[in-house]
Amino acid sequence: MVLLKMKFPFQKRVRLAQGLWLLSWMAVISGALTFSMGLFLKAELHRQAEVMDNTQIHAVPNTLMMIGLASLGINFFAGRICQDSLDASRFPRWKTFMLPYFILSLFFTILMLVAVIMSYAMKGNLEESLKIGLKNGIRFYKDTDTPGRCFQKETIDRLQMEFHCCGNNNYKDWFEVQWISNRYLDFTSKEVKDRIKSNVDGRYLVDGVPFSCCNPSSPRPCIQHQLTNNSAHYNYEHQTEELNLFSPGCREALVSYYMGLMNSIGAGVLSFLLLQVSVLVSLRYLQTSMEAVLGQENTEIETEGYLLEKGVKETIKEMMDNVLKFFHFNQVDASVGQEAEAGEKPATPAD
Amino acid sequence: MAVLKVTFTKTKRDKLAQVLWILNWVSVVTGMILLSIGFFLKVEIQRRQELMSNREVYSVPNMLIAVGHIACAINFLGGKICYDCVDTTKFLRWKLLMLPYIICTFFFTFCLLAGAFMCYAMRHELEESLSIGLQDAMRFYKDTDTPGRCFLKRTVDLLQIQFQCCGNDGFRDWFHIQWISNRYLDMSRGEVTDRLRSNVEGKYLSDEVPFSCCNPSSPRPCIQHQVTNNSAHYNYDYQVEELNLWPKGCRQALLEYYTHIMQSIGLTVLLIWLFELSVLTGVRYLQTSMENVLRQGDPDSKSDGWLLENSFAETARYNFNIIKNLGKCYQVDDDPNIDFQTPTQPGSDNVPPKPILFAT
Repeated sequence: MVLLKMKFPFQKRVRLAQGLWLLSWMAVISGALTFSMGLFLKAELHRQAEVMDNTQIHAVPNTLMMIGLASLGINFFAGRICQDSLDASRFPRWKTFMLPYFILSLFFTILMLVAVIMSYAMKGNLEESLKIGLKNGIRFYKDTDTPGRCFQKETIDRLQMEFHCCGNNNYKDWFEVQWISNRYLDFTSKEVKDRIKSNVDGRYLVDGVPFSCCNPSSPRPCIQHQLTNNSAHYNYEHQTEELNLFSPGCREALVSYYMGLMNSIGAGVLSFLLLQVSVLVSLRYLQTSMEAVLGQENTEIETEGYLLEKGVKETIKEMMDNVLKFFHFNQVDASVGQEAEAGEKPATPAD
Repeated sequence: MAVLKVTFTKTKRDKLAQVLWILNWVSVVTGMILLSIGFFLKVEIQRRQELMSNREVYSVPNMLIAVGHIACAINFLGGKICYDCVDTTKFLRWKLLMLPYIICTFFFTFCLLAGAFMCYAMRHELEESLSIGLQDAMRFYKDTDTPGRCFLKRTVDLLQIQFQCCGNDGFRDWFHIQWISNRYLDMSRGEVTDRLRSNVEGKYLSDEVPFSCCNPSSPRPCIQHQVTNNSAHYNYDYQVEELNLWPKGCRQALLEYYTHIMQSIGLTVLLIWLFELSVLTGVRYLQTSMENVLRQGDPDSKSDGWLLENSFAETARYNFNIIKNLGKCYQVDDDPNIDFQTPTQPGSDNVPPKPILFAT
């Protein structure tokens, strides 16, 4: 029982070949686009690599780049095959190539779908990575004299200014960390000594934030020190003041930025997936309908094209049988040999 | 004695016509590039229009847009003409139009050159405009409650962050203006009233700068209050501290940015001008060789093409005489008081000689 059989008169075959040629070139362009989108995403993720704890999220752009390159090759060959398909003398040389080609193409098409699902599924992973990375960044903000950490201050400042965010979850994260280095604290001053003594770990904690948390849209000059002390500033109420500092936390801001990127890229990749599937289906129909023409005298007869010669279950069973036979063949051979000649060396394991 | 005479065989003429057809289409594309460059420049200037005091800076992008439009139209027409030049019968349609077309295009290339020079000359105008514009913007920084000026604070802050600059010439510009609004000053405090009283105009001036002047590359947390007071901060010497605030002034930063854009645009326009001139030269050769072919009568024969039929001096003198005679022509005929003896021989025509516009 053949799967999705269709009749193809000569004209329809020609039309199919022409349409497929056009589709395959469009698919080549879409493959190139997928590659460049993957490259862009990787560059964007790399830009903020200092506030990410691990690089597992890079699996998404890496997969996209691989898929892009593969689909370039796949669709290029699809174009060549359909160019040769209408010429009965050139078509047979592709015969042995077709089965591995289809298996490979199917694999990469499924990988496309997997990449799109991954981009949604890895949100949690990204969030965790950013949480740890940002926490470290804020902790090491003051260590501008420690090699290896000296750029954390600049990184965090530029991040907060670019993404309009403050701290990890919100601006209060800065109250829990000493972000002013001891090098700039006057230890002879009473105020400094009191603060340090009042803290268990001997850290200098203030209810202040760095300047990069300041929101330019605020109508008043930025208040960054003594934020919770209403009396320290004229006409200031910290609970109602909304525009003074940036309100989202940097983790939230970065996650929404990257998810937005990945959503748009995912939508693009889904449409390319549809294109790729249509290319493969058309190619299969063209191949099967042309194979029926081969060897015939009149090349303009009507032939049938199909997706699978037998039904889906039967084809899968057949494939499994082939694979098992390949394994069993070696085992049976060896065991027969063992029986036939007693005292033979044990059979080499099948594989 | 013709200027730069070249002999053209039939195949060479056809090839020239085809090449010119393609080049004219390329010129249409460059005309569109010119158009888009003009739009881009206009958008860039409009984005910072709050910081520029006069509107004359718009003259350069407007000129580029106009020139781009004209270039597209002229080269489109040129493409059509060259396409028809391969066939002598079709050429006859365009014969009378070609010379005026070439002259118009020649003057148009001068417009292109003028556009390129304007790009380079705009710098001075821009500098003045920015200087006054920035000064005003800083003065109105505190007026976030005044309609029409309420966005200046945000504009100046974002400008200083993006262009990594502070003040007009440097951070000290902020010391000379009151950038903290009276709404946020506690008038009951002695310190505030002292400062206000000590100033002639009653302005609250202090050695403070807005947060947007802070440099993220500084190793220490930003010092924006009491910038010139070394004792107010531990381990701080404002004359030695280089990384705390942005050192550049915003006028210089913006000027550098726009000058860089204008220089690239000016260079592009110059290149386009050279290209247009070369296409025009080709069209002139094509025109003269086609006309000589028609004069000879045989469409397949060789013909000469040139830039000018006679030398520069002779052509200039000839055209100058024509222009002079144009004036004289009208003077002689219309005055009824002059006793003008017309010859009454039979067969002679009393029609005054028609002015011949440019020998071809």
